[in-house]
This record gives sequence, C-alpha cells and structure tokens, in this order.
Amino acid sequence: MSQVSQQKFGFGINKSRLINYDKGDRRVRQYITDREPTFKLCFSCGACTAGCTAGAHATVNMRRVNVYIRRGELEPIREEVTRCMMCGKCLLTCPRGVNTRTVMALAAEAMKKLDRNEL
Amino acid sequence: MAKQIIIAGGGVAGIEAAATLADMGHKVNIIEKGSSSGGNAVRWHALFPDRRPAGEVISYLNNRVRNKNIEVTYNTCVNKVRHHGSSLVINLSSGEELKADAFIVATGFDLFDASRKEEYGYGIYDNVITAPELEDMFNGGSLYTADGRVPERVGFIHCVGSRDEKVCNHHCSKVCCVTAVKQAIEVREMLPGCEVFCFYMDMRMFGPYYEELYREAQEVHNVNFIRGKVSEASNTINHKVAVKVEDTLAGRPLRMEVDLLVLMTGMEMSATGASLAEASGLRRGKNRFLSVRDNHMHSNNSDLPGVFYAGTCTAPMSITDTISHARSAALEVNLYLSER
Repeated sequence: MSQVSQQKFGFGINKSRLINYDKGDRRVRQYITDREPTFKLCFSCGACTAGCTAGAHATVNMRRVNVYIRRGELEPIREEVTRCMMCGKCLLTCPRGVNTRTVMALAAEAMKKLDRNEL
Repeated sequence: MAKQIIIAGGGVAGIEAAATLADMGHKVNIIEKGSSSGGNAVRWHALFPDRRPAGEVISYLNNRVRNKNIEVTYNTCVNKVRHHGSSLVINLSSGEELKADAFIVATGFDLFDASRKEEYGYGIYDNVITAPELEDMFNGGSLYTADGRVPERVGFIHCVGSRDEKVCNHHCSKVCCVTAVKQAIEVREMLPGCEVFCFYMDMRMFGPYYEELYREAQEVHNVNFIRGKVSEASNTINHKVAVKVEDTLAGRPLRMEVDLLVLMTGMEMSATGASLAEASGLRRGKNRFLSVRDNHMHSNNSDLPGVFYAGTCTAPMSITDTISHARSAALEVNLYLSER
C-alpha cells in the first residue's frame, strides 16, 4: 500500500506551460521601451542570435529575450540577460535597427530593479 | 492629328504601355537606355508561378513593339521632362529636345547590388552568386560551382537588400520569396541529388498559385525551409560557403556549409529613373520609388498633368502586375488626351 502511494501517476500539479498574457509582468517592457524605443522594432529574424559571440556556447538569445519581455514572461530569461558580453555584433547585423546591446543592458538593469521593488 | 507620347524605358512596362497606346492610334516614341528592349525580364529563364519560359513573354513583347505607331530610340536616356505651354518638353541624354502631348515614366528597377551586403561575401567568395546569375546558369543548361563541382547543397538567402535598414531599404521587394521557391524547385529538378535550403524571414506568397508552389516545393521536391536571417557567410578551406543563421523555430543558432549560396537580391528605384525624377521635380517616397498621386485610385498618375507612371518605377511588382499597371497607364493617358 505504501509502495503504491509513493508511485507517481502523473496527476501532480505541474507548472502551467501556458503564456497567461493577462498575468504577464510587462513593467520590464515598459522600462526598456521608455529608454530605447527601437526595442519595439524587432521582427524576430534572429540575425542577432545567429552571429552572437556568447550564443554559440551559452543560452543567450537576443531574439527570444525580446519576445519574452514583450509577453511579460520574465522567469525564463532571468539568467540569460546577464550573459551578454556586450560585444555589439548584433547591432551591426540587425535589419530593423534595434539597439540590441542597449536593450540587453536595460533588461538586466530592469530585472535588478524588479528584485529591489524599484520598478 | 495623332497625339505624340514619349515613354522613358523599353522594358515590360514601357513596351506594354506603348503597344496599348499604339493600338488606340497614338504615336509613341520609346526612349530606351540600353541597346535592346525587354529590360530586366530578358535575363530570366522561367517565370513564377507556372514556370513558363520567360522567352514566351519576351517574344510577346517583341511582337507588341513591332507596330507602325511605335518608334524606339536606343542607347538614350530621358534626362528631364518639363511643361512648355500646352505641351511637354523632354530632354534626352543625346542633347536632343522632343515635344510630346503626354509622357510615361517606365524606368523600372535596378537590382540591389549584392556586394553592399558585404557580410554575405558576394564578389569576395566565388560560390556566392545572385538570383539572376542562377537564371544565367539555368539558361546555360548546367549548374556548377565556381571550381567546377556539381553542387551537393545549395542555399538561398531571402531578403538580400530588402527589409533591411542597414542598406537603407525598408521595403519588401515582393517577388523574391516566390522566385526563391521557383529556383529551389528548378535546382532540385536539375540535380536530384542536391539538397536545397531556403533561409527566410517570412514567406510572402501573395499571388495566385504562389502558396501552391511553396507547398509543391515541400511536398514534391523536398526543399528545406529554415526561418532565420543569415547573419554572415564565410569561405571554408574546401571552397564551400559556411552560413550562420538562427534557426528561430528551434531557438538555437545553426551553422551549415553549402556548395553554392544564392542571394535573392531585391529591387531598388533605378538610377536613371531617380535622376529623371530629381531633374523634373517628380515626388518620390521614402522607399525612393516614385510617389503616385493616390495609392488606390490613381496609381498611374504623377502630380504633373500629362506625366504618368507605369510599372516598377513606382514599386516592386511581378511581370503580371507590371503588364496590368502599364495598360492602365495607357488608359489614363488616353483619357487625359481625349479631355484636352
């Protein structure tokens, strides 16, 4: 009986995979957009990520970061925004003129402020 | 007395507009900068979406231009058009000055110079070519790399010089997506052992049977599509071309070697059209193409009475749309002349 009760039947409460847009936290998006309006121009081509110096070895994905911030999903990118090496190669390639490096710096800054309840 | 109309440009738009006007009984003089007519279209091997031989359209145009009411002046550009009394005065690069009752700008487009996207290596690496250069190979009937190998893998980069603020072109050139799909199929048919990859940002299949061609490319020809803008291409030690792209749908950077890299170069306002517009005070848009008087109702009209537009001098268009636009320009000219 005790053995059975220890078995996992898959009925546990899993974290939702859903992007619940209504519960998203878009304060970081606002913080970045106010300071770097080119943030809005991204059309997710991924050229920034293709050439990213850090991205070949670690999970740093400028395009993905942009999307998550827009949706207000901050947990999945919390670590990622700190891994940018600020080389600026993404700036050279962006066809939409997004000031990508500044966006990354602002994202990291906004996350810190969020933790300190300053946002 | 028959009215005299002058048309700048003897490409698809210029010829179709001229022939339509000539059929109505007007006298037309086409001023063509090159030594032959047909414009950019003459270089093409086959046309999307049905892949009919481009030569069929070219011979249709050649027949159209053979009309007693049409005269073609080659190796000459129109420098300027201006009003003089009730007629127009047209200045040619030959120094000649012509009078006309109406004038059509049909100066078309220039292909984007791929060497301006230096990171793709055109003009640096031998195995990086442009879409029209691939058409040349189709016309020649064989497909080889610069060092004479049969390619085992060909890549197509969409949006080269289009939708790219780094080369000052925000606009979409509209026809390159479907051209890439067409060329991808042609490569697969020519070389069944060759893998083909299209690197795209969005697939813009706007016309009838374009989406079906895209589907056919996947279903019948096994063409691979990877969603991401290539950031750079580089040469490998074995004369292949390595591309870096993000596979945005997988969310990870991707590296791949291809034997031949084809750049889908977009359309820009032609240099001759631009200088004619500047000299004549014709308004141009932010995309540098000519601005039409009204995007919906008057897409053949300039702001100047008697001066009309036909074809890709106003925006990127397919041959189908260019022919329609040229015919409507002819109608507008006819209406204008009948009201005078």
